[in-house]
Amino acid sequence: MTTTVAGPTRRLMEGSEAIALASIAAGCRFFAGYPMTPFTEVLEHFARCLPEVGGTCINAESELEAVGMTWGALATGARAATGSTGQGLSLMQESFAEISLAELPLVIFNLARNQGDYFQATRGGGHGDYRHVVLAPLDITETVELTQLAFHLADQWRNPVLVYGDYLTAHVQESVTIEPINFGSVPAKDWAVDGSRTGTGDARLLSPLGIAKVGTEPVGIEAHLRRMTAKQAEIQRRETRVETGFVDDAETVVVAFGSPARFVRAAVRELRATGERIGYVRPITLWPFPSDAVAAAADGVRTVATFELCAGQMIDDVRLAVLGRAPVVGIGGISTDGSGFGVGQLLDVERVRERILAVHRGGPDAELPALPDNERALW
Amino acid sequence: MVTIDTEHPPSNARQVGALKPDLLITGEHHLCPGCGEPLALRCLLDTITELELTAQTIGVMGIGCYTAFSMTLDVDLVQALHGRAPSVATGVKRMRPDATVFTLQGDGDMVNEGLQEVLHTAARGEAVTCVLLNNGVFGETGGHMTATTVLGQRTKNTLEGRDAAYHGYPILIGDLLARLEGATYVARGSVHNAGAVARTKKMVRRALECQERREGFSFVEILTMCPTGWFIPTGEGPGYLHDTLGEVHVMGELKVDGRIRTTEELHAENVARQRDVEARLAAGGLDD
Repeated sequence: MTTTVAGPTRRLMEGSEAIALASIAAGCRFFAGYPMTPFTEVLEHFARCLPEVGGTCINAESELEAVGMTWGALATGARAATGSTGQGLSLMQESFAEISLAELPLVIFNLARNQGDYFQATRGGGHGDYRHVVLAPLDITETVELTQLAFHLADQWRNPVLVYGDYLTAHVQESVTIEPINFGSVPAKDWAVDGSRTGTGDARLLSPLGIAKVGTEPVGIEAHLRRMTAKQAEIQRRETRVETGFVDDAETVVVAFGSPARFVRAAVRELRATGERIGYVRPITLWPFPSDAVAAAADGVRTVATFELCAGQMIDDVRLAVLGRAPVVGIGGISTDGSGFGVGQLLDVERVRERILAVHRGGPDAELPALPDNERALW
Repeated sequence: MVTIDTEHPPSNARQVGALKPDLLITGEHHLCPGCGEPLALRCLLDTITELELTAQTIGVMGIGCYTAFSMTLDVDLVQALHGRAPSVATGVKRMRPDATVFTLQGDGDMVNEGLQEVLHTAARGEAVTCVLLNNGVFGETGGHMTATTVLGQRTKNTLEGRDAAYHGYPILIGDLLARLEGATYVARGSVHNAGAVARTKKMVRRALECQERREGFSFVEILTMCPTGWFIPTGEGPGYLHDTLGEVHVMGELKVDGRIRTTEELHAENVARQRDVEARLAAGGLDD
């Protein structure tokens, strides 16, 4: 077995391992999860690596236990994370909503089966008004960076941060270096509980309910919820991240995120090399969504196209950003492998280029090539 | 109808201790008259103080009437979701192994909503102490059937009494937990009279001592009165508890040092205790 936790390392590793090692480099000392493809290997790597640094990884009995245990670890001030695929995260949503209101710095990894968890990630799949910062890495190098950034932002804002990857994030191997990244200081965790204040008259209460110990200034649920709303607005102002390319003179702009954006970027670069005036926008934060960058890119273009590996969810945010400046069409679609866990035939630079070119030439009403089918079904 | 004067102590009452446990910021609370939860809570708080665990104790609260105490307990607390306190306590304990960690949950919280949580935590042998306040109803919502409601018990959604054929059978959670290898100490107490309170407090002490020795999971179930949720006069709460819940959820230590005790053993012990008390009363009274 390769021991990898100590010291900076540059070697070939799959994204799942990079997530575990980057988390540990960021100071994460607790992880709990439940196996589910394609997330499973993230759990395996945490289980192997965390004990080496004195941390704890629990193979939880279900996603409900996993998020609950992580909640407890966070309450002690530890950096802690959980994760699953979108299906497993559905089970955790009640806790996500309340952890947000309890202002605990949770980090969540979604190694999703496709991009159809966009709404779950960006709207919050649970109850109430909460939002999570959502980071969508393009490749394994960026996964290493955004994983560490996730822990920083979670502590900075006392708000959950979700890293949205997919089958390719989990299993593609790239040569990466894992070193702690210094994003600056974060507020001290003077809110954490360790038991030492019990009986001193100054005990802490970590509650999502906006209540406080008798004798301290009562907050009240209404004021608490309004404060959370104000915090979300501040996060929107401060934490939007986006990459754009060739948008200044573009006639067609393509918006895509995560692993598929890598295919889109490659296709756009190839088309640019042949003189086609096409640009791309890649949201790195799905929430806060880079609406200003999308709106600026859409100004004066003939068509805004979104490429998503699902029926189309981010397209709603693109339309809200574009606000009628240009027609917005989806050129992605559902495409899976035979198991439904991995990526399908559509994720191919040649096919992506064909579809971009179709709307670039034919405008928003252009007929797209038919979606390719699986080469084989699993059953 | 029994009328209780809440302004003055009964004429034969004598004060035997402080009116307020050290770990309560204030003695005031908004629970109903006749509620057993403050008594059960006191067993826990006083024991933490007596065992000198105050500067290391972290509590994890479930959701129920008792949640209101999160504002008045001078204890570092984490508020959990309904049913999920044992997992939260697990995370706390794993990151703070030197802390004394307890959960406080009701029967609706622990046995309905979060049954798997407490079972898995016990099976894992987590060194935490789960305290169940069991009154057989959802008190906070106004007296609805829970998984521990006994057969025949009337609740707001079992108006003619819980019928096994229609509503199923109650879960005896203590008995269930006692059979799990990771559970070291399992006991069921009650607060329906002074003797039961004293006995329950000893159970809480043994559970916390078990946690301090890191012997595994410990559990104390405490039967509590809920006259409001039972729709009976306040003064009849203790008797109703003894005669209905207490007949099914039998009091006693269900597992000590890894040895499981049967319901028959507990019954026999309770009968012997009662006879002893009666004999001593007949001989001139109880001194302790």
